[in-house]
This record gives sequence, C-alpha cells and structure tokens, in this order.
Amino acid sequence: MNYYDIIFYLFAAVTLLSALMVVTNRNIVHSAFYLLFTFFGVAGLYVLLAADFIAIVQLIVYVGGILILLLFGVMLTNKITNVEIKTGTINLVPAVIGIGLFAGALLASVINAPWKINIAEKTFPTTKILGTLLIQEYLLIFELLGIILLIALIGAASIARK
Amino acid sequence: MTVGLTHFLVVSTLLFSMGLYAIITRKNAILVLMGIELILNSANINFVAFSRFGNFGYSGHLVALFVIVLAAAEAAIALAIVLNIYKNMSTVNVDEIDNLRD
Repeated sequence: MNYYDIIFYLFAAVTLLSALMVVTNRNIVHSAFYLLFTFFGVAGLYVLLAADFIAIVQLIVYVGGILILLLFGVMLTNKITNVEIKTGTINLVPAVIGIGLFAGALLASVINAPWKINIAEKTFPTTKILGTLLIQEYLLIFELLGIILLIALIGAASIARK
Repeated sequence: MTVGLTHFLVVSTLLFSMGLYAIITRKNAILVLMGIELILNSANINFVAFSRFGNFGYSGHLVALFVIVLAAAEAAIALAIVLNIYKNMSTVNVDEIDNLRD
C-alpha cells in the first residue's frame, strides 16, 4: 500500500460518493454542488493516470463552464422563492433492478477480462506531445471541433433568446 | 493488490451506472443532463486509463479532450432547449411534457 494507492482510493471514494449523492439527493442545487466534487475527483484520477493536461482541461471546462451552466439552468427553471426546488423520481424499482443487473454484468466482465497490461512510460508534461498531435495527425478533427463549437454556441444563443 | 487498470475501470463502470440511474429515474430535465455528464466522464476515464496502461500513445488523451469539448457544446444546447421548454410549458419535468401523446 504505497502513496499512489492511498491517493487513488481517496479520489475514487470522493468521486463515487459524491456521484451517489448527485443521483439520490432530492434537492437540485445540492445535486449540482455534489457534481463539483465528482468532477474534482475525476480530475484527480486523470492526474494519477499521468494525464496532467486533461486534468486541467477537466477543471477548467467542467467545473468552470458546464457546472456553472447547469447551475444557471437550475436557477432559471425553478421558482427559488417558492421552495419548489425538490424533484421527484420515476421508474424507481425497475431502474434499480435493471441497473443493478447491468452494473453487475459489466463489473464481472471488466474484472475477469484478461487485460494485457503494457504500461506507457511517464512523460511530464504531456502538453507538448498533445499539441504536436493536435496540429499534425488530428488537425482535421481539431478544426471540425472548432466549427462545431462555434455553431453550437451560436445555436444555443439563438434558441435561448427566442 | 496494487492499483492497476482494473481499479480505474471499476470506478468508471460504477460512475456509468450511476449516470444511467440518474437519466432513468430523475424527473427534472437538468438532473437528466447531470446524468449524461457523469456518463461522459466515465467514458473519459476509460479512454485515459487504456491510453496509460495499454501503451497506445496519446490518442486516448486527445479523444478525451474531444469528448470534453463536445460535452461543453452539448450542455449549452441542451440547456437552451430546457429553457425554451420551461418558457412554453412552465415545467421541466420530463414526465409532464407529453403534448405529442394522443
């Protein structure tokens, strides 16, 4: 049990417990704030996987962007003053049974699969390698993503202000 | 047992199951969106974990990056749609929006 393992279990516990709170909490605002801890935990897991740039992007985009967007959505679609912020659930029993079976099957196959482990050499920082790949092999996808992001944001703005 | 690929895959599997649970059971459309974000995060963990433990180079990192960008675009569009639904029906509960039903 070295430090790496202890830190992994810490981040995994933070991620999974806060995700559980996200999906079971009845208060939407509490769910949104627990989602913050889930994203932080996932960023920690990326660091443990030697993906420093992805971890930082996760923090900037998810915590700084998507979570704020979701909180704005909560605020704009609920009557905060009327304390109608609680939300109900549907299909509870079939969902628990089905997802229990699904998760059990997935876990069994993941744990029993004979993975070929071939650990890559750690290189820090990964930004130089990723940047080179991004403007050489993945240039077309990179440009397309830029266009998709532009179109999506223009579309979102025009849908929302109608 | 030292931490290896399987541990990360187990974490991402559980995260995926919880996201699916949120999508199926929650009434509020914004909580359904949160479930989708959880699922995208679990997929990203898988990509980066296989990239680390399989020695496939850095393509996994880049795919994770693309998924994050698409998740940002998806969240913006989906919230705009949810705001419009709220404007038209004054509710965002997905079980009450059934205008197309006979």
